[in-house]
Amino acid sequence: MPVIYYRDALNAALDEEMIRDDRVFIMGEEVAEYNGAYKVTKGLLDKFGSQRMLDTPISESAFSGLGIGASMMGLRPVIEFMFWSFTYVAFDQIFNNAANIRYMSGGLVNVPIVIRGPANGGTGVGATHSHTPENYAASTPGIKVVCPVTPYDAKGLLKTAIRDNDPVCVMENTLLYGMTGEVPDEEYLIPLGKADIKKEGLDITFIAHGRAVLTCLKAAEILEAEYEIDAEVVDLRSLRPLDEETICDSVKKTNRVVLVEENKPYCGTDAQIAYIIQDKAFDYLDAPIKRISAVDAPQIYSPVLEKEQIPYPQRVVQTALSIL
Amino acid sequence: MPKLSDTQTVGTLISWLKKTGEKVEKGEIIAEVETDKATMELESFVAGVLITQYVNEGDEVEIGAPICAIGKTGEKPRSPDKRSPLRNVEPDPGFLTGSRQDTEAPISIDVTPTPLAEKSVPGDRIKASPLARKIATEEGIPLETISGTGPDGRVVKADVIAAMEKGTTESRLSITPPKKSSAGIPIADETSVPVSNMREIIAKRLLESKKTIPHYYLDIEINATPLLEVRASLNKSLNDLPPDRGGIKLTINDFFLKACAKAMHQVPAVNVSWMGKSIQQHSGVHIAVAIAVEDGLVTPVVRDVHLKSLSEISTEVKTLAVKAKNKKLSPNELTGSTITTTNLGMFGISSFHAIINPPNSAILSVGAIVKKPIVDDDDNIIVGQCMTVGFSGDHRSVDGALGAEYLSALKAILETPALMLI
Repeated sequence: MPVIYYRDALNAALDEEMIRDDRVFIMGEEVAEYNGAYKVTKGLLDKFGSQRMLDTPISESAFSGLGIGASMMGLRPVIEFMFWSFTYVAFDQIFNNAANIRYMSGGLVNVPIVIRGPANGGTGVGATHSHTPENYAASTPGIKVVCPVTPYDAKGLLKTAIRDNDPVCVMENTLLYGMTGEVPDEEYLIPLGKADIKKEGLDITFIAHGRAVLTCLKAAEILEAEYEIDAEVVDLRSLRPLDEETICDSVKKTNRVVLVEENKPYCGTDAQIAYIIQDKAFDYLDAPIKRISAVDAPQIYSPVLEKEQIPYPQRVVQTALSIL
Repeated sequence: MPKLSDTQTVGTLISWLKKTGEKVEKGEIIAEVETDKATMELESFVAGVLITQYVNEGDEVEIGAPICAIGKTGEKPRSPDKRSPLRNVEPDPGFLTGSRQDTEAPISIDVTPTPLAEKSVPGDRIKASPLARKIATEEGIPLETISGTGPDGRVVKADVIAAMEKGTTESRLSITPPKKSSAGIPIADETSVPVSNMREIIAKRLLESKKTIPHYYLDIEINATPLLEVRASLNKSLNDLPPDRGGIKLTINDFFLKACAKAMHQVPAVNVSWMGKSIQQHSGVHIAVAIAVEDGLVTPVVRDVHLKSLSEISTEVKTLAVKAKNKKLSPNELTGSTITTTNLGMFGISSFHAIINPPNSAILSVGAIVKKPIVDDDDNIIVGQCMTVGFSGDHRSVDGALGAEYLSALKAILETPALMLI
């Protein structure tokens, strides 16, 4: 199976879907002439032309509003944000308009838009460029949210997102763009709302999304090598819809769970997941549910401190050991 | 069958107060249930019509097993849940009384292991994971008999499984029944009496205590003459007054409880509990008083004795004794003691030593006041009124010297009753 970069897997998804459906177009800052701030849209201008590859002014509210209008009229826009942090200036368009139009129109008007871009800290770009707003997005009825960690998941989920008739937020990670993984040549789709067990295990469950999945896999390796503990790693992939079944099945199997996310803890996604676990698998818990999030502070600019702020394998290992 | 006391594993349905077909309001009393400690009223959790009764009066029912169905008129009851089987009280094999004369072979019986969980304290919630709780309930293993190895002493799944495995390998005993009397008039009919809930809990708790607590014993003789005089003079003044004006009849036991709490002020280190990894110092003196009842004994607790007057103590003990006889003590009144007293003086027993009532570290045993020749301060032999107080101590938490210090403080107070005024 070919091994490709995460950014190229996204590129392949866009390419395939633009070929498949001529209503699909891409819009955002520097997506066309510059091949995208992170080169995700590389080569697509040459292939599909400036009618379907639109460079926009630095006005997120305007171009996301334009995209929503286009999707209401039957097109299928993919809007790139240079950072998910910049969606905050387009909050009303995304979380008020896109999220509610299908409901407000009594189901007459769909908003088949994809909003994608990196949503991560860890790169020393400061507090205003490092937001991880998956919890904001996932708490909005009408919005779907995916956070792929591997090239395979990135491609399969983005293709499904483009074909979905509701607004889907695809949250990527600048630290993952340069990572490689196996992606088959033949076409495939990954359904929204389906978690993936990245490593099977018996003793404890780690539940994570996005880059935190890699942190958990590394922690599982350490636990196995140094403590003979067999951890299971569940990658949520979709935060909304959420695969409660896979979460609960894993907890029922291992009886212990650590939730790991790079998001801030307060009202984070994992708070909701912790609630679901105690509600639906209470009698299967042999220890309290543990949670590791980014340290609850604005994203720290100092690279040394920022490294401490975001969950890392040893922190997961120590937390796991505290309940084993 | 809801759990009506914290140590209860089964309940005996004493009487149905609602018949099949009768309407039941939420909160209405539908039956009387005997727990291991008391007879309690069982309230309905729902309103409706009592469709069927799954158990008969006198049946022993496991916690969680269905006892009746309440629904709409004409509704068909479901068959009881298989997971919680019903159990009728059947006579035990009778190995103690030898009624199984049909077999000479040793019979094997299952005895539930009852190690004293060091980290569990009656009255305190036992820390257990939800999963451990569920498995223990399903397997019928009381959580308080399991030592937790999880964080903060939490009972986890592995502990319950270990307890189950231990239970199946260690608990088989072989007992050969004694032979039945062959001739002549027997002293009693050869019968087998099912063990009551109360008897079962007495057996379990005292066995735990005697097996796991390193008991040691002290005695001290007390000159009770001054105490008898004070009591007589107080009773003379107070006996004939109406209760609302302070009328009361004080017993020696009332004075004893007061003195017991007073002595704790001087030697608080006896008012402790062994907790395995720590020794819990209790801030108040809560005295359990052993009271014999029809088919066993109960130990209701007089709380905060160190703060109470003689008349308050006296009234409270009388109330508790009446409740004990009528089996109306609430679980709350039966837990949370820090020391226990027991008295066999009324049978003429001059001295004895009792078994510690965990999680107490000591029990005081009070004998009869007997006339004895004693030597007074001027070296004259006179007739003294003597009372012997026994002290059984838990050597893990209270060393002998400490127990002795406490007994000597107690003696000083009992022999100079005016000290109780301070």
